[in-house]
Amino acid sequence: MTAAVQEALELDKVESHLHPEGSFDVEAHEVPKGREEIWRFTPLKRLKGIHDSAPFADGATKVEVEAAAGVTVETVAADDAVRGSSGLVPTDRVSARAWAASTGATVVRIPTDTVIEGATVIRHHGTGSETAGAGHAVIVAEKFAKATVVLVFEGSAVVADNIEIVVEDGADLTVVSVQDWADDAVHLSTQHAKVGRDANLKHVSVSFGGDVVRHDFSAEYAGPGGSVESLGLYFADEGQHIEHRLFVDHTAPKTKSHVVYKGALQGEKAHAVWIGNVLIRKEAEGIETYEENRNLILTDGAWADSVPNLEIETGEIEGAGHASAIGRFDDEQLFYLQSRGISETEAKRLVVHGFFNDLIRQIGVPELEEKLTGTVEAELAKNINTLITKDNA
Amino acid sequence: MSTLEIKDLQVSVETEDGPKEILKGVTLTINSGETHAIMGPNGSGKSTLAYSIAGHPKYTITGGTVTLDGENVLEMSVDERAKAGLFLAMQYPVEVPGVSVANFLRTAKTALDGEAPKLRTWVKDVNGAMNKMHLDPSFSQRSVNEGFSGGEKKRHEIAQLDILDPAFALLDEIDSGLDIDALKVVSEGINDFRAREAKSVLLITHYTRILRYVKPDQVHVFVAGRIAESGGPELAEELEANGYEKYVTAGV
Repeated sequence: MTAAVQEALELDKVESHLHPEGSFDVEAHEVPKGREEIWRFTPLKRLKGIHDSAPFADGATKVEVEAAAGVTVETVAADDAVRGSSGLVPTDRVSARAWAASTGATVVRIPTDTVIEGATVIRHHGTGSETAGAGHAVIVAEKFAKATVVLVFEGSAVVADNIEIVVEDGADLTVVSVQDWADDAVHLSTQHAKVGRDANLKHVSVSFGGDVVRHDFSAEYAGPGGSVESLGLYFADEGQHIEHRLFVDHTAPKTKSHVVYKGALQGEKAHAVWIGNVLIRKEAEGIETYEENRNLILTDGAWADSVPNLEIETGEIEGAGHASAIGRFDDEQLFYLQSRGISETEAKRLVVHGFFNDLIRQIGVPELEEKLTGTVEAELAKNINTLITKDNA
Repeated sequence: MSTLEIKDLQVSVETEDGPKEILKGVTLTINSGETHAIMGPNGSGKSTLAYSIAGHPKYTITGGTVTLDGENVLEMSVDERAKAGLFLAMQYPVEVPGVSVANFLRTAKTALDGEAPKLRTWVKDVNGAMNKMHLDPSFSQRSVNEGFSGGEKKRHEIAQLDILDPAFALLDEIDSGLDIDALKVVSEGINDFRAREAKSVLLITHYTRILRYVKPDQVHVFVAGRIAESGGPELAEELEANGYEKYVTAGV
């Protein structure tokens, strides 16, 4: 390849803290100490050593696949070329270790021009938190395919995984990752998407259970006209750490990204972290981006960190914005509802439901909507005693 | 029955410079079936009166009593006041994102009645009330007050008045921001409510305009936290001609 061609193909290097150099070499990533920008919010002591050198073993989770008609799901060897096809290069030690430790990969493939009815569900059931597991999955929506893939994580486990998402030109893919773990689970997931020309990806992260759940989702574009909608919903309870780190790398012109994450927190030391990074490269002219994070603090003792970052290297854009909010119940909303005879507890439940309902509707996976609404209800029920106590105070 | 008795009511709010007294001894009795209008200039405390009766946490009652058919309203929580028969239509109804009007109304009706409304008649009742307020039935699926125009918010308040059917309605500047057509629709809704048995209304307004459509039994001029003068409907006409000037000057 001539230097000129090489130059035309390579994107300019970007001097940006949002865009760390990745490496497949585990030893290129130092063991985090907790002061590093990407680790400063994460409780390292609770990671059961997977950020350091704790061994990975097979069988940490049992996997069940319910594939919709027309979708193929297979397991390939770790050296299969499909691994890495999303452009994922680990940018932290946990991701690099999971990459190195994976003995194979689950590949979900939606064939070209196929519109799939119903969701393909891949259920990971944790079998215990004594040993840690490393996972790898690649979801490929071939050209002009349309499908929904749901990943469900439940039970007890310590898991580090890399999930790759490839949305080829003109394809329309929804990927939902539901972290409904048992209380002692630790899950660090790196999810990376490459979005083709005029392709659409809807990525949804739903985190309810687990001791420490950290999800890093990043997206890049393989051509102009691609669109990423990234939605997140979380509910952090007493002692839980739920962290979402997002990075949308606008690598092509006329691309879009729309990020909305909403969370509720309740109980002593419930902690939610949201980092929303967007980089608009010089060549990404005419793009549109918006990111939003809202946190509703339901009780004392819970706290949220919310950090949106936007780096813009071209002025030729359609629009770029972000919003971040951490708040308690709005007294005016509660007063309005109560003035109609609704009790304070019921008014609070209505407000929380409303807070999430907008988002649940946008997910657009009917078989999931009812379950999510039900889970929100169950989460609120855990806390209903506290709400009632406050009523009587 | 729904007789509201306010005696020497004194109310203050917290400000940066400490508590500020807003109501300085309000005494007023509204008998069952009566409509009273409270008129006054901006900042006179007339909205504070409505919110204090409804129990907004921002206001501290420093003196006086409020009873509804002899029951002490001031000891009740906000929802208990609604269950006792009070309804407050707000000047600026609050948005509740993600909660549909249908869900909100059903929850409120269930709370007020102690049982869920009968499904068969309920949908018809809600659609009927929406229709009367010239609100499209699809309105029920929208989030409460979110993205509503000013007029829609006010008509939605009156639709609630119709559906929830309280004994006593406090209407805080229900007429502000309405064009003449919307004002007529809202006034008709209020008059329909008044036509029901033993319903009382306290209508708070800055302008006399709405009183052409909703005829009060009594009019009170509210200035600087107290009632400066009370009279019949003719008092409103005098205010229309001469404004509040005379009272404001006298108050100082």
